[in-house]
Amino acid sequence: MSALLSVRDLGMRFGGLLAVDGVSFDVNSGQVVSIIGPNGAGKTTVFNCISGFYRPTSGQVSLLGKTISGLPGHKVARHGLVRTFQNVRLFRTMTVVENLLVAQHSRVDTNLLTGMLKTRAYRAKEAAAMERAGFWLDQVGLREVANREAGNLAYGQQRRLEIARCMVTGPRLVMLDEPAAGLNPNETRELDELILLLRAEHDVSVLLIEHDMKLVMEISDHIVVIDQGRPLAEGTAAEIRNNPDVIKAYLGES
Amino acid sequence: MPGQLKGALFSAAVMLVLAVPILGIQITTEGSSVSLVGELHYAFIAAGLVFVFKLLERPLSTLLGMTHAANLLPSADRMATYRPAILTVLIVLAFIWPFTASRGAVDVATLALIYVMLGLGLNIVVGFAGLLDLGYVAFYAVGAYSYALLTEYFGLSFWISLPIGAGLAALFGFVLGFPVLRLRGDYLAIVTLGFGEIIRLLLNNWDELTGGPDGIGNIPKPTLFGLEFTRTAKADGNIPFHEFFGLEYSGTYRVIFLYLLALLLVLFTLFVINRLIRMPVGRAWEALREDEIASRSLGLNPTNIKLSAFTLGASFGGMAGCFFAARQGFINPESFTFIESAIVLAIVVLGGMGSQIGVILAALALTVLPELARQFEEYRMLVFGLVMVLMMIWRPQGLLPSKRPRMELPT
Repeated sequence: MSALLSVRDLGMRFGGLLAVDGVSFDVNSGQVVSIIGPNGAGKTTVFNCISGFYRPTSGQVSLLGKTISGLPGHKVARHGLVRTFQNVRLFRTMTVVENLLVAQHSRVDTNLLTGMLKTRAYRAKEAAAMERAGFWLDQVGLREVANREAGNLAYGQQRRLEIARCMVTGPRLVMLDEPAAGLNPNETRELDELILLLRAEHDVSVLLIEHDMKLVMEISDHIVVIDQGRPLAEGTAAEIRNNPDVIKAYLGES
Repeated sequence: MPGQLKGALFSAAVMLVLAVPILGIQITTEGSSVSLVGELHYAFIAAGLVFVFKLLERPLSTLLGMTHAANLLPSADRMATYRPAILTVLIVLAFIWPFTASRGAVDVATLALIYVMLGLGLNIVVGFAGLLDLGYVAFYAVGAYSYALLTEYFGLSFWISLPIGAGLAALFGFVLGFPVLRLRGDYLAIVTLGFGEIIRLLLNNWDELTGGPDGIGNIPKPTLFGLEFTRTAKADGNIPFHEFFGLEYSGTYRVIFLYLLALLLVLFTLFVINRLIRMPVGRAWEALREDEIASRSLGLNPTNIKLSAFTLGASFGGMAGCFFAARQGFINPESFTFIESAIVLAIVVLGGMGSQIGVILAALALTVLPELARQFEEYRMLVFGLVMVLMMIWRPQGLLPSKRPRMELPT
């Protein structure tokens, strides 16, 4: 079985700085894969390369066998790979439900004429989009704030909304960049459950960057460790926990 | 309290500086000679008033129990239920009004409606999509010259030229937008500013086609189903409007007709834009304005979406231009200088970016007030600038900030 996402020998150079060098890994469908590493290791750069925000200087990224490296971000998203950001990026002055409607842009009827005339097909697609938005608001428990401005939500709610906004696009793979940053232990636990729910019931794979080791170890099927742009280790949670190189990178030479 | 005193003194000083040239110097005519007489006491009275008001501002507002103007209006929910009724009444009044008003007033109102159209069009680009366009007048010019040239060279009527003019302006918007929309913020503003000037200079210097600075005259007025509003019919076998209905000839009919036509075009514009902002494309404009990176990560193509805003905005500018040419009967490049772009932009900012009602109010204010205060014409720009500065300090969101049409999810 071929992997859902395969990253081969990824490299990203900014002038004289080699930020990512020779990173390779696979994400199989239904897997939760985490990328961990010390600050500045190049984790987010890997994310940006995969999601089309950077054009990698070397290597190849493919989704379901199709090469996506080098495509612009919005095309990558249309292939079924969406992401969240380290700092929440919602459409703050739009309402919660509008955030979810915008995300479905490529699934609704964007024809100007049919929209202007409100044809039956147009209305059906808008209604379907609204229904999907409602469904995902229920999934992340935000239905009661659906008509509030997204910028006014509590931080934890904003994080959940960002994940819901990814899910309404109907992705194959969601990439979450430090989803637990700034959450309290309770919220982190809820996030943990949410990620497992996504995988169990909605047939998506998850690629995760996270510093919360408890969360990572609990939910990851596979962990990739990166240090100074290079792959350091790869394996299951148990393997990584006992890997001497990883311990050294995190705790320093002793 | 000392802070308040300082603030009040400062405000009074500013008022004094502003008021001396406006109120303090009176122009008196004696026979044929004109002399300036300094009458500074008005300026001092004005400054004194400002001082007292600023000093008492806070005590007064607490005394009145914070009755802000907003609280005097019915709550938003009640407004929402009355909205359709209020709108209908306003529209009906707008249709009846010209028959009761003077010819001059109707004429000014027509001009105001042109600016409403322009403001609404630019609002798509600046207000909804968040793209600062300083060359909007270019599309206005394209529309106006489209009609003038199409009728001069091909004898096309206003009604045929109107969609063509709007279409050509849209085409110009598209062609300009394609290379330019990769730029952001300030860079975009500068390029559009340049584009506006290029169009004006082109019209000014392409003598053979556009008549250069002399412009194009004798542009026919719009007709009502082929009926002309002239004393005698210009086209063979045509009968003018007044003969058809057995009325005395009067120039007023034409003025009223033009007003009603402008009103219809404004209503059309409003209808289209109101649909657009509730459609996926409108949501995408706003999303892009809010956060381009997040929009891209969700599969929205920024270039296409910006281009759609730019093109649609331009088409309304073209429509307004077409109507302007028909109303004036004469156009030259002088009508399409940068100051027009600035005024239309001021209308959008003053009204509240993305707010339709706000833009309409601002357009009316900025075109009607200067007409009412003709004797202060020299100070027009001064006051204009002052108002903009004050707005930016106290109400940067505009007169009536936009309340987006919310797609409600029933809970």
